[in-house]
Amino acid sequence: MTAHHSILLKNIRQPDQHTLAGAESRGAYSTIKKALQIDPLKVIEEVKTSGIRGRGGAGFPTGMKWSFVPRNSGKPVYLINNADESEPGTFKDRLLLENDPHLIIEGMLIAAWALQSNWSCIYIRGEYGYPFSRAKKAIEEAYAKGYLGKNIFGSNFNHDMVIHRGAGAYICGEESALMESLEGKKGQPRMKPPFPAVSGLYQCPTVINNVETLANMPFIIENGGKAFLSIGVEKSSGTKLVSASGHINKPGVYEIDMGYPMKRFIEEECGGIWQGRKLKAVIPGGSSVNIMTAPEIEKVNMDYESLRLAGSSLGCAGFMVLDETTDMVEAVLNLAHFYAHESCGQCTPCREGGHWIEKIFTRISRGQGLPGDIPLIENVCAQIGGHTICAFGDTMILPYLSIIKKFPEEFKERIGEAIRGQVKPREYLNVVYDGAH
Amino acid sequence: MSIKLSDKAEARLKEKIALYPDPKSAAMWALYIAQEELGRLDDRAVEWTAERLNLSPVNVQELITFYTMYHKEQLGKYHVQICRTLSCAVRGSTKLTECVRKRFGTKPGQPSADGMWSYEEVECLGSCGTAPMCQINDHFFENLTPQKLTEILDRIEKEKPDLKLSTIDDRMGEGLKGYPKSQII
Ligand SMILES: Cc1cc2nc3c(=O)[nH]c(=O)nc-3n(C[C@H](O)[C@H](O)[C@H](O)COP(=O)(O)O)c2cc1C
Ligand code: FES
Repeated sequence: MTAHHSILLKNIRQPDQHTLAGAESRGAYSTIKKALQIDPLKVIEEVKTSGIRGRGGAGFPTGMKWSFVPRNSGKPVYLINNADESEPGTFKDRLLLENDPHLIIEGMLIAAWALQSNWSCIYIRGEYGYPFSRAKKAIEEAYAKGYLGKNIFGSNFNHDMVIHRGAGAYICGEESALMESLEGKKGQPRMKPPFPAVSGLYQCPTVINNVETLANMPFIIENGGKAFLSIGVEKSSGTKLVSASGHINKPGVYEIDMGYPMKRFIEEECGGIWQGRKLKAVIPGGSSVNIMTAPEIEKVNMDYESLRLAGSSLGCAGFMVLDETTDMVEAVLNLAHFYAHESCGQCTPCREGGHWIEKIFTRISRGQGLPGDIPLIENVCAQIGGHTICAFGDTMILPYLSIIKKFPEEFKERIGEAIRGQVKPREYLNVVYDGAH
Repeated sequence: MSIKLSDKAEARLKEKIALYPDPKSAAMWALYIAQEELGRLDDRAVEWTAERLNLSPVNVQELITFYTMYHKEQLGKYHVQICRTLSCAVRGSTKLTECVRKRFGTKPGQPSADGMWSYEEVECLGSCGTAPMCQINDHFFENLTPQKLTEILDRIEKEKPDLKLSTIDDRMGEGLKGYPKSQII
């Protein structure tokens, strides 16, 4: 097996890593202690040098995001750790929250020092009961030891950290919806600009980063931005946590160096396709990206640029693998149900269009497809993309359009059967679909 | 007319309010606290939350309908939520849903006659690597088959374990004895 760098999962299998004593015995909080001696602006420079890009999906350069925060605006600066992790196929943040929460807290402290922020919040999805209790306990331990609170490590720096539970809403992972939710409202995204760095939580400058992004900070500050930059590939530095699921022999979270060949990842890390079957398709970035067929993944590498050039996206690396037996009509219907259910309802194209698309895919799946259904879906998608406040609408159409484009025969066959009145019985992926919502 | 919950609940909300730059941020906690105490989010819960946080009742209602983890109706003591999203679906989640549907004979979200059980299908729970899976109250049960799920449900029926996330100290309930709280590693 290929040797990858281990920045994030180095200690993940140590049974006591979630405790402060365990984490400290392996060096936790030694970097923040040093960072507090460094000028905050220099910390930001180091993060810029590292080239790290946000791990939450959009891949925005973290150092640049931090440098947008105005200094001395007279308002407090808030730091939010996005642990909403609801993108289908993604479970990497959960692994860190459960098994190395102190790495996350230390990363947040480094970010807080760089941004001169005295208050931060981990917004964790409501369903994550166990990760919540583990992270909460870790925060309490850090307070008890004086790593949070007043005069951290004898400095003048004070920092309070809160863990906030969501209550079940995919959209709250979108940063502005998250802030609305954190202000005690429905999680409906805001118009941008203004961007959170200028006007975020309670109109104060706010930085929102993903759990994985922040968990990289201790390494970057300890070893220098250059050390991080030297890992991975040019425009995608460092490692990436990949949540691998679906029809593979060894599902799980893997830390790979950016730029690793996808085919090799499936064969080596994932242990190949299960039951001796062949690969049909991969959704590499969480469900909201373009699907890739088996031939398309032959030569592609796993990093932001390579996947963009290959017509898909690394996203948050929720890597879903589908074998040759997968019925693509059922697969896309499954996702259509997800997006129809999760639209926040604010923008008409997304709220209505999402349901329309689900209905059309449902009738195709049930042997009632109509001749014009595929162009109709394309038409509805065209009216959603670019016409909504947040990126939910733009991204939900990606799996729809790419699946109908790359697997046209399956849709043709199903609609053809319906037109001829000869529908073959099939075992549905989604047998118990009851049309509710 | 002011509604009062138990001293414990009132104290806990106060503690939460103090954590945030603005009390409104504690709205979601208030609903969790009220839901745990009252069993469901009825008019009393709305009024209590609105009053304590200086929100209008309609805003509170909005939260209850927007977020899926708030319930206006009482659920079963054990609420079984089966993930139906793609990674679970391709590894057989529909068989789990069939299994609970047959076992309980109720509609999704509807409690069984003895009030013990309810179930529903939910979206990706962040456990796709250990699919298919379900969540019972706040506990994940991963790498399931219909047989394994049946064994778990049988044990819960017999042992009536504490599966709740406690509102008192933010800790998990004890769970099912000998059963791991997470199988992600
Ligand atoms: C619909 C939608 C859902 C999102 N869900 C998440 C999420 O669950 N976790 C996350 O970190 N970012 C999510 N994002 C991205 C966030 O808006 C934001 O870009 C990210 O948290 C920034 O952190 P980063 O720069 O460290 O990646 C989502 C975005 C959209 C449009
Ligand atoms: S798809 Fe079921 S947990 Fe993610």
